[in-house]
Amino acid sequence: MSKGLPETRTDAAMSELVPEPRPKPAVPMKPMSINSNLLGYIGIDTIIEQMRKKTMKTGFDFNIMVVGQSGLGKSTLVNTLFKSQVSRKASSWNREEKIPKTVEIKAIGHVIEEGGVKMKLTVIDTPGFGDQINNENCWEPIEKYINEQYEKFLKEEVNIARKKRIPDTRVHCCLYFISPTGHSLRPLDLEFMKHLSKVVNIIPVIAKADTMTLEEKSEFKQRVRKELEVNGIEFYPQKEFDEDLEDKTENDKIRQESMPFAVVGSDKEYQVNGKRVLGRKTPWGIIEVENLNHCEFALLRDFVIRTHLQDLKEVTHNIHYETYRAKRLNDNGGLPPGEGLLGTVLPPVPATPCPTAE
Amino acid sequence: MDPLRRSPSPCLSSQPSSPSTPPCEMLGPVGIEAVLDQLKIKAMKMGFEFNIMVVGQSGLGKSTMVNTLFKSKVWKSNPPGLGVPTPQTLQLHSLTHVIEEKGVKLKLTVTDTPGFGDQINNDNCWDPILGYINEQYEQYLQEEILITRQRHIPDTRVHCCVYFVPPTGHCLRPLDIEFLQRLCRTVNVVPVIARADSLTMEEREAFRRRIQQNLRTHCIDVYPQMCFDEDINDKILNSKLRDRIPFAVVGADQEHLVNGRCVLGRKTKWGIIEVENMAHCEFPLLRDLLIRSHLQDLKDITHNIHYENYRVIRLNESHLLPRGPGWVNLAPASPGQLTTPRTFKVCRGAHDDSDDEF
Repeated sequence: MSKGLPETRTDAAMSELVPEPRPKPAVPMKPMSINSNLLGYIGIDTIIEQMRKKTMKTGFDFNIMVVGQSGLGKSTLVNTLFKSQVSRKASSWNREEKIPKTVEIKAIGHVIEEGGVKMKLTVIDTPGFGDQINNENCWEPIEKYINEQYEKFLKEEVNIARKKRIPDTRVHCCLYFISPTGHSLRPLDLEFMKHLSKVVNIIPVIAKADTMTLEEKSEFKQRVRKELEVNGIEFYPQKEFDEDLEDKTENDKIRQESMPFAVVGSDKEYQVNGKRVLGRKTPWGIIEVENLNHCEFALLRDFVIRTHLQDLKEVTHNIHYETYRAKRLNDNGGLPPGEGLLGTVLPPVPATPCPTAE
Repeated sequence: MDPLRRSPSPCLSSQPSSPSTPPCEMLGPVGIEAVLDQLKIKAMKMGFEFNIMVVGQSGLGKSTMVNTLFKSKVWKSNPPGLGVPTPQTLQLHSLTHVIEEKGVKLKLTVTDTPGFGDQINNDNCWDPILGYINEQYEQYLQEEILITRQRHIPDTRVHCCVYFVPPTGHCLRPLDIEFLQRLCRTVNVVPVIARADSLTMEEREAFRRRIQQNLRTHCIDVYPQMCFDEDINDKILNSKLRDRIPFAVVGADQEHLVNGRCVLGRKTKWGIIEVENMAHCEFPLLRDLLIRSHLQDLKDITHNIHYENYRVIRLNESHLLPRGPGWVNLAPASPGQLTTPRTFKVCRGAHDDSDDEF
């Protein structure tokens, strides 16, 4: 047994704490449970409150990307999601304005505060996506941007003297807007999602869903799900990252029933039955965006913000970023993989007297 | 202009706004405070790790104190039998337990250091302890720099070292000073006056003041360190604590009936010393500091300060890596992959968090 490691016991281990055990023992010993013998209240549950205070003090980052052809209501939807002007809408298109020749990447940062919680929100827009005659490889600037953020984080992480808190510009979530054709996904949609589902959490949404009847919507959703499955496209929440049965049950429901969310965005308020609601007014009625009978915006909002925001960040960090990092370090100067820091081996620790293990 | 401050992509037309951006006006509730619940659920699912080390001469009640802190038989004290010689070298023993309270799981590792200061010649008797602490940092570093990392690196780093000062009533001994000077640079040290029931209240207060003076004179920075107070609230709370350190404590793992209720205490002919009664001893202050108010902070300082310091020294030592601040040699990505400039940059120290706050 390695020198300096305390004795190992064979009591039941707390498996949740070490989800992916390694052959090398990294913990002093296997834990044993002693709950039955507690003599009174200790107060370990207060750590939750300590964490809450820390989070409220520091705030947190959330970076969301919106991708889709122009005119699908991307900016409006983001403004609806965050109940504020977080995405600048393109001023109504005029004839002199040229469609950009390449996909631009526009990132706008805001601080949103609610209930004492500060969120530094960055919305990344991709004007010009899919608007050309030839849209070959139009996903490349987007993929490049996503990878650049991973690279920035990696560069900070391998810095010798690091910041206490590395600024996180990594894209946590990419909302992909599907045109409400009612038919099927276009080749561009499939190609984009095939390329990007490996590097970012993609959430497909059917844009401008108020153009479809309930039957059309239901049928289109099923068709989209089928096509994604046939093409091996894994959107968020990915099956293999469900942590436990509870997650699996909840996420299966989302994957099989809700996805892709059929949404309508609006940042205008109207009076309906004496209360102010966000909606779109038409001669045949007001489409209330937060009314589940009208559209699934509320489901999307709850999913992205109220239930899965932290998970989106964790999957970004633990899966997508780690995948990028491993690939990047393996590619680094053709060094052999698995030799520690960036393909180099640290020298042995300077000789210090080591504790003995019993 | 610093090339690193440049937009990473030529087509990135707008950088996220600076953290000082005023919060934007909102039309209604978004639900971002739900992230606190999400964090809580994740944390409760995952559980927490806390590693505490107790150091002090034999017979000062270290094992009893740990049992009192965690209201259970975490440690079974084994006084050496008659005729059994005191071990010639310092041995380190670790025990790990899982404690669960109100749904929160804590994986607690207690490291004891029997034999500390018990020899005739105690020269360098701190080496095995410092060696053990650094070994845990090394283990963590070795895991962190792997190309394919575990999702959750097991944390065996010592988050807190409770140092037991014998209740002489005079001042710190040379051994205490030498040890604390070395230890406070690598771990969070919380000194306590052991077996404080052997001192009157006046003696306690005088002894405490003398120890505080010793600590100041010898530049021993015990936890909570003044330089890591994050804001005015922290400063106020921690100043009060610093004024009470070292806590005068008494441990007991036996219950006695006092005024019809069961209390943890030590029964003597002249009365019962109630360990959780502030009028009798300062055990509640120690318990609150270690568990109920500063547990998360102890972990954060271990990670952000002590571990980062170890990491910096360790990476600078490595002949394979560039000396001084800057990035570990990371070859630029292949042209087709990324375009982030590769520059060496002096980075702020581990405890600089000027861009932490929003």
